[in-house]
Amino acid sequence: MSTDVQEPELQPEEGRPSPLSRRTFIAATGTATGVAVAAGVTGSGTRPVSATEDVASELADGTTSQVSFLLNGRRQSLVVDNRASLLDLLRERLDLTGTKKGCDAGACGACTVHVDGRRVNACLTFAARLDGAQVTTIEGLAPDGDLHPLQRAFIEQDALQCGFCTPGQIMSGVACIREGHTESPEEIREWMSGNICRCGCYVKIVRAVDHVATGGR
Amino acid sequence: MFPFTYTRATSVHEAIEAGERGGRYIAGGTTLVDLMRETVERPRALVDIVGLPLSDVSATPRGGLRIGALARMADVAADPVVRQTYPAVAQALELSASAQLRNMATIGGNVMQRPRCAYFRDVSAPCNRREPGSGCSALEGYNRTHAILGTSEHCVATHPSDLAVVLTALEATVHMVGPEGRRATPIGQFLLQPGDTPDREQDLRPGELIVALEIPPLPRPLRSGYLKVRDRESYEFALTSVAVALHIRGGVIHTAKVAAGGVGTIPWKLPAVEQHLVGRRPSPDLWAQAAERAADGARPLVHNGFKTELLRRTVERQLRIVGGRS
Repeated sequence: MSTDVQEPELQPEEGRPSPLSRRTFIAATGTATGVAVAAGVTGSGTRPVSATEDVASELADGTTSQVSFLLNGRRQSLVVDNRASLLDLLRERLDLTGTKKGCDAGACGACTVHVDGRRVNACLTFAARLDGAQVTTIEGLAPDGDLHPLQRAFIEQDALQCGFCTPGQIMSGVACIREGHTESPEEIREWMSGNICRCGCYVKIVRAVDHVATGGR
Repeated sequence: MFPFTYTRATSVHEAIEAGERGGRYIAGGTTLVDLMRETVERPRALVDIVGLPLSDVSATPRGGLRIGALARMADVAADPVVRQTYPAVAQALELSASAQLRNMATIGGNVMQRPRCAYFRDVSAPCNRREPGSGCSALEGYNRTHAILGTSEHCVATHPSDLAVVLTALEATVHMVGPEGRRATPIGQFLLQPGDTPDREQDLRPGELIVALEIPPLPRPLRSGYLKVRDRESYEFALTSVAVALHIRGGVIHTAKVAAGGVGTIPWKLPAVEQHLVGRRPSPDLWAQAAERAADGARPLVHNGFKTELLRRTVERQLRIVGGRS
């Protein structure tokens, strides 16, 4: 997807070209692990900082954070731009592109992941806030080489066409089943309403969730 | 998005200090992160309060309910005490947003939600809330979803919260703590109509933090419920909505609490409807007569005239649903 190449949080403001490319920025911040992040909101931290300023001043200004969290069972420790969403971190830095960017505004559910066992929108989650968290993405749902029962059910029920919303649907569906909101097709539809399917596969998506919830597999 | 510093508050005291210095509180972040990405919001310092111990939900001694500001929407909706004592609260929460967003968003943040007006969210459009004095694009623009009550010549955006409609009906209190100590104010005074200062949305002073929302005790048995009318069945903001709580004893309505959403610049209390109900016996005619008063004072815009009648019908239907079983 060409739209995925962009990293919105590093886009310069309109009319202000940035001398800093995303890759340069990441390379620079990547070596900065261990640099203490300014803790206060006083002093230079409150100064308006433009995205065009150099990396050193951003670090000094505390606009990056050190985070350490479990991602699909493996420890990740890294320095992130405070503006980076979990979604962009997953896709652009950690090469986990199963989590999709649809609206980037919490309206479509394509980026649904589990944080501490709860389904959330990765696009509205600042990565800097994840210190100590446990994150599960579609890649970590089942052991390597295996599929989660709901993934199998999606295939068997043919619950997708283009497939773009599918990882989010499945992460949401797994949580929906765990929450117990699967008593009827109507209840499944209501509790899956945070996941939009542009192809309109809702009937089969509900069928797949229902199939797994009722122990079909 | 503009750069910002990020710190986690480890105590309420620490949060207030940071807030007083200009730090912006972030809890669930479901509104704030979205608006920061649109550059509608441009905080220079974020103070993460989500780890503070403000998420308890408990019954108060005389039968009221106290909800910690940092309790998540999903958790409050699922709480057995909430579901049993104030079903309208659970209903409003479960009819809000999506399961994912309810897992993230907090009760305090829900009340603090900013308008969903498309012009407010579009930084290229004039908007008095975003840029005081720049004008209101919705007044002459497309205003089908906008308010018909509590509007001013400066702003006509609705308050988007469902929960706040129930809290307004039940006359809840907002508990705050700030640099000068603790303070409490009725939600009807906490949320501000736009008037001449549409950029001022709440009665919050610098550094102040919401710690809890408290619903006062109401006489029992109490029936309550929330009805939401919208363009699609789920995951959508209200065109109109109504929260109703009734205490009926000996075949007579002794207490009536009614407020509407989707129609006002803040959740809209309906005292004329309440007064018409109290002292009378439930009947289909009574619901219809009371509902006739629901849109008193409404001032529709070009595209939202339908809300006046829709509001009356929503009130009538919800009175029938909540009160009709006597």
